[in-house]
Amino acid sequence: MDYKIIVIGTSAGGLDALKKLLPVFPPAFPVPIVIVQHLSSRSNGFMIQYLNSISSVRVKEAEEKELLAPATVYFAPPNYHLLIEDNQTLSLSVEKKVNYARPSIDVLFESAAYAFGKSIIGVILTGANHDGAKGLAQIKRAGGYTIVQSPETAYSGSMPKAAIAQTNPDRIISIDEIGIVLRDLFMKKPNRFI
Amino acid sequence: MEENIENINIEVKLFLEAVFLKYGYDFRNYSLAHIKRRILHRLSISQIESISLMQDRVLRDPDFFQQILLDFSINVTEMFRDPDFYQAIRKEVIPLLKTYPFIKIWHAGCSTGEEVFSMAILLQEEGLLEKTQIYATDFNQKVLKQAKQGIFSVENVKEWTQNYLRAGGKESFSDYYVANYNSVIMNKNLSENILFAHHNLVTDQVFSEVNMIICRNVLIYFERALQNRVIGLFKESLLPGGILCLGSKESLQFNENASSFSPLVAKEKIYRKNYMIPNLFEV
Ligand SMILES: C[S@@+](CC[C@H](N)C(=O)[O-])C[C@H]1O[C@@H](n2cnc3c(N)ncnc32)[C@H](O)[C@@H]1O
Repeated sequence: MDYKIIVIGTSAGGLDALKKLLPVFPPAFPVPIVIVQHLSSRSNGFMIQYLNSISSVRVKEAEEKELLAPATVYFAPPNYHLLIEDNQTLSLSVEKKVNYARPSIDVLFESAAYAFGKSIIGVILTGANHDGAKGLAQIKRAGGYTIVQSPETAYSGSMPKAAIAQTNPDRIISIDEIGIVLRDLFMKKPNRFI
Repeated sequence: MEENIENINIEVKLFLEAVFLKYGYDFRNYSLAHIKRRILHRLSISQIESISLMQDRVLRDPDFFQQILLDFSINVTEMFRDPDFYQAIRKEVIPLLKTYPFIKIWHAGCSTGEEVFSMAILLQEEGLLEKTQIYATDFNQKVLKQAKQGIFSVENVKEWTQNYLRAGGKESFSDYYVANYNSVIMNKNLSENILFAHHNLVTDQVFSEVNMIICRNVLIYFERALQNRVIGLFKESLLPGGILCLGSKESLQFNENASSFSPLVAKEKIYRKNYMIPNLFEV
């Protein structure tokens, strides 16, 4: 296991889920986290400011051509698709909506799968539509690790259900468990007693 | 799958090389994630088995190339996109333009023309349209043809009307077009001083000296090296003190020509080309 990046997609109820998840990551978290959260096209930076204030990792809006850095959370700007390049930089696009959404989770996840292959972890959280299902399947096919918030614990289970219908995710768990799994995947100390 | 990704990367490179050699359109320094996405999308909806076979097709079928050109050039646009940008133009740029006897504006990557007509409306309301020459260019003939006609689908007009008002519009947006079945036809006087022309930012040179350049949501599709080239082109093309407008999420931050410009309205990505000032600190 040598994961280099985490991508997360969420929609309705996403802010509450992220409020629980992001503070879990310690300041030295070794990989970048890239998130598409569906928002109204005019929403301002309030959500990012707020999440940054409650997290130990840095939370910011993604800028085009920006180089991905560890311990940093990047949010797609409203009204732009966010893509990941092979050279670990970020790109934006005003391409038309995908699944009625811009930014679209599928666009981010598919580009991430092509850039990172099996070194990627894809996470689908609460949401009331089907965006991200195709993208998560692509990550799985590329050999990446896939996690879906269990529909019954999600504010809205539609997006998790759609993702589960298209992929056989590695984990289907609550938001608290997702935090623990992700932290442990990266932060486990080597066991000295073996 | 892993090997697949490697193959796809190779095939995409070869495909772009073939397109360049055959048609002269150079996409080799475009955002690879964007290009890959568009190629794979075309592949999935056409009856072609691999990118290599698609390359074979594009070499022999000019119509298919036109399709690819459309796929690569995202033409999504709207009237008064980002209303705050137009507010800033009214407040901070118009007073500067008013001091010039004659104004030349270049819209680079104008797509189907919505942005150009928006600017023409704004200039008319500020009493500047008659003394302005607008060059509007794109590398895609198909969208230019549409832009020249000045006819748009009625389905977006409601949104554009809202944009117009939020952009500080002084009249009624409906004063600027005539509705006709499913379309709106923009008033002829708006386009009297607009010249629509073919220009490729990657391969063509400077064609005029201008007071203002508007190039929004085009540079996001370019790799850094290509962004450097294009901003260099704009630098050459702008008169001293000239205005450069980029898209809301584009900036000069990482550009090698950044030192030739100063922000005028930083938040809206409106810059001003510096006047040549002798460096007083150099002995
Ligand atoms: C997303 S549209 C932007 C339209 C408008 N400026 C706006 O912001 O609403 C991008 C445009 O750039 C054009 N374009 C892309 N590459 C170009 C190039 N090398 N030279 C000239 N135009 C180009 C495309 O054809 C497309 O019309």
